[in-house]
Amino acid sequence: MRYFFVTKGPMTKSSGDRSKLEIVLTVNNKVVKVRAHAMDRLLDVVRQELGLTGTKEGCGEGECGSCSVLMDGVLVNSCLIPVLQAKGTKIVTIEGLAANGRVCALRDAFLDCGGAQCGICTPGMILAAFHLLKKKPKPTAEEIREGLSGNLCRCTGYAQIVEAVMEAARRGVAT
Amino acid sequence: MRAYPADYELIRPGALTDVLLLLAREPGAWLPIAGGTDLMVQYAAGKLLGRKLVSIWNLPELRRIEVFPDEIQIGAACTYTDLRESEIVRDEFALLSSAASWTGGIANQNQGTIGGNIVNASPAADSLPALLVYEAELFLVSARGERRVPYTNFHVDYRKTQLAADELIRAVCLARRFSGYYAHARKVGPRKSQAIAKVCLAALGKIEKDVATDIRLAMGSVAPVPVRLTETEKALRGKRIVPELVRLASQTAAKEIRPIDDIRSTARYRAAVAGNLVAEFLERLGSQI
Repeated sequence: MRYFFVTKGPMTKSSGDRSKLEIVLTVNNKVVKVRAHAMDRLLDVVRQELGLTGTKEGCGEGECGSCSVLMDGVLVNSCLIPVLQAKGTKIVTIEGLAANGRVCALRDAFLDCGGAQCGICTPGMILAAFHLLKKKPKPTAEEIREGLSGNLCRCTGYAQIVEAVMEAARRGVAT
Repeated sequence: MRAYPADYELIRPGALTDVLLLLAREPGAWLPIAGGTDLMVQYAAGKLLGRKLVSIWNLPELRRIEVFPDEIQIGAACTYTDLRESEIVRDEFALLSSAASWTGGIANQNQGTIGGNIVNASPAADSLPALLVYEAELFLVSARGERRVPYTNFHVDYRKTQLAADELIRAVCLARRFSGYYAHARKVGPRKSQAIAKVCLAALGKIEKDVATDIRLAMGSVAPVPVRLTETEKALRGKRIVPELVRLASQTAAKEIRPIDDIRSTARYRAAVAGNLVAEFLERLGSQI
């Protein structure tokens, strides 16, 4: 019998394994040293080793964007990054953005426009929106749809999310 | 079966020469990984066959676009985002920049690479029909040296390529001779992003004195490898684009491809859409005159 939730992704049992490496990276402006296998997914390291559970796992195969983080300022799916590839980079998760006042404005826009319902996609949506607004502070609705096209939401139907990003742009989140 | 990370090895030798030496020492033992947008999916599902991976992600030698008077050389580890942001790709190789824009979502475009797309050798890959119509050439590099091969025959069969076990793609070369062509790219899939094509078309056309002097058509998802529609091209060469010719070309295209039924579509639908896409291109090309 196949259980959907337990068969996804690589196993991450960690019990003082000798094949683990020490990997240094910067997460949310803090230099951290983690012990991990080179092929551990950045997603698992962020959630399980660092306890930053704002980053979600959805599909585990780069389709849904729930696990979005910024790596050296670039939006990536952390489920597709072996942690060794993130060595020496600067990672920003939703927790890191939350500590940044401008992103609170992005969050407020999501709240005001009903851009979050169940909330699983929201951290990824906000990271993708942040990444978009950095490149295009005044995006059109079409550009927003494209910028968030790698982030799936099964609740809102996207209209409120697009509106939220429009509203955030109006409030000048990225400027 | 999911993967257990401790069963896998991943190393980052740093320089390209070190990677090539490693591949030469143990040919076939090491699987190069760049952005990981394909390999990590197989890995998570426990379906990745290689247990030893060597990173070529972000190697500066592979991540630049060099511009020469007669061609451009795109480093194999350039991402789709790199392609979209490159002015010269946008201006002179529009088919490639459109294909890059509808590959995955933004995060995938930030990680996925052109070289990875070629080596992964999916018949449904978005950017490969563009490389066929531009008649790209590839620099293949190994510790033994470098060779330059036409991309046209690089895919020898379903997911099989000419790449030797100790070789990497270093760069993709595109000749700068398509500025006078009308370019048209179209992907048919269930949704714009994050969807694999049911059929995709890359097309170039040149009209001189009302006559189609050069037509280039390539499609994805309609055969075991991305294919150039040479029969259809031949049927069009030197002709005026009139409705009867459009109908003939559309039928030739539908017959020339070898589509299959699979999870994404049916052979019948693909053949019908392939014909329609060729017709749509020719109608637009005709209206350019």
